[in-house]
Amino acid sequence: MIIGLDVGGTHTDVVLLNTQGLIKEIKVTTDHADLFNTVLRGLDHITQGIDPHRIERIVLSTTLTTNAIVQHQLAPVGMIVSSGPGIDPQFFRPNQHYFPISGCMDHRGREITPVNAAEIDSLAAQLKSAGIRYVGVVGKFATRNPSHELCIQNQLNGSFEKIFVGHKISGNLGFPRRIATTYLNAAVYPIHKEFFEAVTQSLQKKEICAPIRILKADGGNTRFESSIAFPGQTILSGPAASVLGSMSFAAPSEESLVMDIGGTTTDLAVLINRVPLLKPQGITIDQHKTLIRSLDTLSIGVGGDSAVQLVDGRLHVGPQRKGAAMAFGGPAPTPTDALFVMGEMSDGDGAAAKQGIAALARKMNLTVEDTAAKILDVACQKILDGARNLIDRINRKPVYTVHELQEGYLVKPQHLLILGGPAPHFAKRLKQVSNYKVNVVPRWKIANAIGTALARTTSQVTLLADTEQAIAIAPEEGFRMEIGFDYTRQQAIDSALNLLRQKALQKGANPEHLEMDVHEEIQFNMVRGFNTTGKNIRVKVQIKPGLIAGYDPGPKT
Amino acid sequence: MKLAAKHKTGLVFFPAFDWAISPSHPEREERLLYTQDQILEEGLLDIEGITEFKPDVVTVKDIQRVHFCVPDVWAATTESHFISAGGAKTIGMAVMDKKIEKGFALVRPPGHHAMRVVHGSRGFCNINIEAIMIEYLRQAYDIQKVAIVDTDCHHGDGTQDIYWHDPNTLFISVHQDGRTLYPGSGFPNEFGGATALGTTINIPLPPHTSTEGFLYTLKELVLPILSDFKPDLIINSAGQDNHYSDPITNMNFSAQGYAELTALLQPDIAVLEGGYSIEGALPYVNLGIILAMAGISYSHVKEPDYDPDKIRQSPQTTTMITKTCDIIRDQWEQRGYYQDKLLGNKEFHERHRRIFYDTDNIMETQKEKLRACHDCSGALRIESSSDHGQNILAVHIPRGACNNCINIGRQWHETARGAGFNLALLQDRVEDAYLSTSF
Ligand SMILES: [Zn+2]
Ligand SMILES: [Zn+2]
Repeated sequence: MIIGLDVGGTHTDVVLLNTQGLIKEIKVTTDHADLFNTVLRGLDHITQGIDPHRIERIVLSTTLTTNAIVQHQLAPVGMIVSSGPGIDPQFFRPNQHYFPISGCMDHRGREITPVNAAEIDSLAAQLKSAGIRYVGVVGKFATRNPSHELCIQNQLNGSFEKIFVGHKISGNLGFPRRIATTYLNAAVYPIHKEFFEAVTQSLQKKEICAPIRILKADGGNTRFESSIAFPGQTILSGPAASVLGSMSFAAPSEESLVMDIGGTTTDLAVLINRVPLLKPQGITIDQHKTLIRSLDTLSIGVGGDSAVQLVDGRLHVGPQRKGAAMAFGGPAPTPTDALFVMGEMSDGDGAAAKQGIAALARKMNLTVEDTAAKILDVACQKILDGARNLIDRINRKPVYTVHELQEGYLVKPQHLLILGGPAPHFAKRLKQVSNYKVNVVPRWKIANAIGTALARTTSQVTLLADTEQAIAIAPEEGFRMEIGFDYTRQQAIDSALNLLRQKALQKGANPEHLEMDVHEEIQFNMVRGFNTTGKNIRVKVQIKPGLIAGYDPGPKT
Repeated sequence: MKLAAKHKTGLVFFPAFDWAISPSHPEREERLLYTQDQILEEGLLDIEGITEFKPDVVTVKDIQRVHFCVPDVWAATTESHFISAGGAKTIGMAVMDKKIEKGFALVRPPGHHAMRVVHGSRGFCNINIEAIMIEYLRQAYDIQKVAIVDTDCHHGDGTQDIYWHDPNTLFISVHQDGRTLYPGSGFPNEFGGATALGTTINIPLPPHTSTEGFLYTLKELVLPILSDFKPDLIINSAGQDNHYSDPITNMNFSAQGYAELTALLQPDIAVLEGGYSIEGALPYVNLGIILAMAGISYSHVKEPDYDPDKIRQSPQTTTMITKTCDIIRDQWEQRGYYQDKLLGNKEFHERHRRIFYDTDNIMETQKEKLRACHDCSGALRIESSSDHGQNILAVHIPRGACNNCINIGRQWHETARGAGFNLALLQDRVEDAYLSTSF
């Protein structure tokens, strides 16, 4: 049996599944001040009456690291960066203890200036005396040659509790983003480690010994032990949970838009042939642009509990949430209240809802029913505008070859998959006002927790080969190999897939079901003068987000 | 410290990673690979106020507005040319639509050696991507006066040819002396046609000119001429082969120098031209240019092997540059006098030329006839034949042509039949109509 737990803004959803499907679902209120307690309560409830030894897998999607970043409850970190020529590295400062140092690599990983050991020693002393225990080391182009970062790490080893190095954090280029990402990983490290160690211990007391896994923003899960090296990957996993919970209900060869309509926001994502699109670079959180892989989601400020207001005679829905709907004792009218007036919902205080909408109706000179209908329309319109923006953004993505530009593939989803509390009510209206084919995801209220439970392990590997310099490297994996002049693109792909397999298994993937794919393979002839001096080969392979084999997420539509 | 662009800046990056003239040609797939690495690693596209645009593709008509392609547009181009010209057009439109204040089309293949008549490829260029952008912008927006400052190391002979008779387009080319480098032209006495004398300016600089000499030329000559001309739009043909590490030229310019030149020139639009030091120069020069356009500090941008003492120019070079600038300045100031003298009372002015297409190995012979009109820039007729068996008559009716010139241009076009030509082409810029008849 598998447990999936997804911490949401208001509620935490927990499900228990076996190979036949859903066994049990519960909801507990999220206490942001005490997430540990929230998670334990959820796990307690769901495991009541269940033999602990039958639980094989527990997957958690929490807001722990996200909240820590947004609320600036971060551990002090010492950042050591070497940049060489380019934009002044002072522009990329993410925190107080930030020190640009000498040392420089170029785009092919050739050393331009060496690292100065004396400079590192004096910095280490300075950081230690400031009481700093976590350090990030980032070099420009370290993804092309990590030797400077490794040399600094060696020199600092033993003096600090944990050292994060940029080249392990992402194989992608983007020095400022690598600085921010390394910083965030270091800054959330202690809170992440402490939290999940505590969860593991509590579970062990109940004789639940299945290893816990944590959901990442790219919709993959990872074992807690592996997550320790990259705790930043667990931020903003919430939207991924919903997308995973919906993907098996998309038609296999179709483009769909997933809409998770929550209390405050609606999260949108695109599925192509049941696979969610990833952001081209990474998450942006609290001003930090990162290289943290994530599903390409767009969050818009409209949901069931969005405050409805008249501004200059125009109806506005969201982006603020002032509390629950009036039907549930809240202070301001909301789309949920409109649904009460329309007779769509009835499990609350209908009179209070009507009163709230009536006040708006009087100002607008409309009937209460017309006002309610209009509120729902404005909310739906806002969601559809958001969908258009997301699709435009995806289609505007530049390409760099004649072939891709000529092919001109454009994403054009025809199908909406809707989930979240008010899903069926919004779906009805969205069907009327748009040309989309509209479906509500089965178990729309807990599909997010089901998605969390069934997330597959994702992984990616970047491998670069430079036959002129006679080396192939995969910096994230600490891989470096001497190669001959006749090294081929196929050999590079084979090496990369091999590394990917090892990495995925280590993170907890099922060896029987590794769906690996090559998503970039480019090769350039390097010519100097009139001679071909080598080949520059760049390969990226990955295991895309998806669901684990052998489990049924719910009835098909 | 916050990193943000002072001027909203747009970028089209189209490295054409799957296109080359031939596998080991300087204009090959690898050319912008390391520039892309540098741009991505610096996080340039994440900077607030810098936006990347996907290039549009130009239409056949966009190309016909500028070129007489022989026998047709398809024969003269590849798909990659449609995209690189399209990238320039995208940037031009974004500037005109005020989506951005400044823009840089970092595209390949380049275009500044492509002349009005195109029989094939010369100097790695098939079609002139700046001219295609400019003429599109003139058609779609209300722009009259445009200045093009070509800072590629090679003389921009194609752009010069296209605007030779256009008094509303100021073309300034700063380049290595034509006696020492392809295409062997671009001397101060190439000063524009009879109806546009003075709006072509050639500034040949001696080999080994360094940053000092380039910036002197810009400050003392180019900027004052620009401020006299008062263009609506300044375009920089931003070739990067003046760099000290370029393998096919002999100049000593630097990344810092290119950035400072850009900051001084303040072009509205820059378009990449040449530049073949793909590792030692392009990553740093392009970074410098983009930062300078956006108004962001470029003081830390320099090549790994940069040593200003090693590339300092000699006092003799400085003297030569000063002299050249003085001569050209005088000529500019007296352009009215020279033009009256040249125009005289002749109704038609003729030019005979042979043009070699080095990339495609074609020899073209041209007979050009301009109506030296006092009311417009004059109807133009070109008889062009090539050693590949083409013999064409091409007629250009300029923007703002007077009725006489319109009529003469159309008559010329009609007389082509039965006169031994295998193709007659008409560029009617007044009607924005382009005709082609084969015989
Ligand atoms: Zn050039
Ligand atoms: Zn005229």
